[in-house]
Amino acid sequence: MTGIEIDDLDRERLAGTRGKAEQLAMRMLVAAAETSGATEFVPIEFAHIGSCHYTGRLALDYAEFLLAEGATLAVPTHTNASLIDIHQPAMRPEAATPEAVRGAARLMEIYEALGCTAMWSCAPYHEARTRPTVGTQIVGSESNAVSFFNSVLGARTNKYGDLLDVCAAIIGKVPLAGLHTDEGRLATHELRLELTDAELADSSLPHLLGIIMGRAVGTAVPVLTGLPSATEDELKAIAAAAATSGAVEMFHVVGVTPEAPTFADATGGRTVEWVTVVDRKALAEARTLLTTTDSERIDSVCLGTPHFSIDEFGALRSALDGRHVHDAVRLVVTTSRAIAHELGLRGWRAELEELGVEIVLDTCTYYPPQPSGVGGTVMTNSAKWAYYAPGMLPIDVVFGGLQACADAAVTGQVGGPA
Amino acid sequence: MRITGRWLHGESISGEVLRLDEPLSFWGGLDPSTGEIIDQAHPQAGASMAGAVVAMPGSRGSSGTPGVLGEALRTGAGPAALIVTKADINLVAGAMVAESLYGVDCPVLLVDGETFSSLTTGTRVEHAGPGSLVD
Repeated sequence: MTGIEIDDLDRERLAGTRGKAEQLAMRMLVAAAETSGATEFVPIEFAHIGSCHYTGRLALDYAEFLLAEGATLAVPTHTNASLIDIHQPAMRPEAATPEAVRGAARLMEIYEALGCTAMWSCAPYHEARTRPTVGTQIVGSESNAVSFFNSVLGARTNKYGDLLDVCAAIIGKVPLAGLHTDEGRLATHELRLELTDAELADSSLPHLLGIIMGRAVGTAVPVLTGLPSATEDELKAIAAAAATSGAVEMFHVVGVTPEAPTFADATGGRTVEWVTVVDRKALAEARTLLTTTDSERIDSVCLGTPHFSIDEFGALRSALDGRHVHDAVRLVVTTSRAIAHELGLRGWRAELEELGVEIVLDTCTYYPPQPSGVGGTVMTNSAKWAYYAPGMLPIDVVFGGLQACADAAVTGQVGGPA
Repeated sequence: MRITGRWLHGESISGEVLRLDEPLSFWGGLDPSTGEIIDQAHPQAGASMAGAVVAMPGSRGSSGTPGVLGEALRTGAGPAALIVTKADINLVAGAMVAESLYGVDCPVLLVDGETFSSLTTGTRVEHAGPGSLVD
């Protein structure tokens, strides 16, 4: 009944002779293959998994099952962000939500015991060990990372949800389907920018483009035209926002991303099915979606969704320009252990902390349980944060550029005197 | 009304349809302890999936969807079955793990767009042979 080609080892796995963990992992991959219509598997180089993020008791029971059954990982496997920063337990106090916090801590232990590297970051592409070359077959789960891997680095992955991603890591291969194939990566939609130079220079533009892209194309692969250049951090912002407002797992930018030297390369020479024009009005509409209050007083500023890069920390230093965060405001930046290490080496961590910046590792500030100190009206430069947080935390949100966020952190006011 | 489709998981459906007009991110969009849709931007916000045959275009957004679907099935607040128009590997993954760990059944049926549009909230569907459902 199965249309997928399997080998003798796979048959042993399905029969259960290699243990219950490999049996379930193989069954789930076969089901994924049948679901997606794949006829063969393709080996992967590494996996970045979200199964280690606590979503409830099932996530923990599943991990305990894998550990008890002696599951082993076939490829290097790296962990996505956790619910908690184990070095700063006050961020999400155990007393407030004991089951989730204890569960998250245990999950972190289990996935490290299974052999994962303790990356605990939603931005794995900042690190050399998880920067695949063009054409590399991998497994990604975190939505922004999947899009970044595909779009910016030219690696190949579909979005594997939690539970399934670790199965791929255990078996070391995935069904050859979707974005793992040449055909699946061709653009079917064009996002055509018709903007002035001033609009193109706005630091919030990539975030707004991502929001517009996700809403316009849903799950399709779009190609962006009319964007003359973009830094890696700007492409990261597009990737994160488009995977938030829609389910975009890959996009091209003509002349910028590796599989789109020309428009014809992005589309395989075919005509696109439809075109969305991005003009001043579209930007204004997207911006409106990301702010829920006209309050001018700011209680917190949250940066680092996805985890801040070293360049973004550099931009924050410039934006603060030696000014101290206002006494009544919390400025929290989330990042990875690796970037924090680099910050320390440069002397930037001590300098930023001296100015009142709080640096939080391993987790993010937008998901529940509510981080202590993040409340009231929160300003962010991240469209992903602004889009998700009001539905998850009892807060209001104001979206703005990094300079505006830094100014608000210093003055306690949106657009207040610097 | 008789509908047909392809089983992605399980092979039997019985219950009353709750139709979702848009894809849902289960993580952040579903409360797994009650089955309530909590994504305030979703057209069916406030509706409960508990015990319903949920007809939906598929999942979207965060990669936490399988875990939250599985968690809802564990607590008993999950759907009785899913009818989808997108071959969604992540919904199948959540259903398979809940079955494997707790023996909870949540079949997943793939149907075409025309069939999906004929399903409305409150329709009773019953299994009637491989891949078929009748009103």
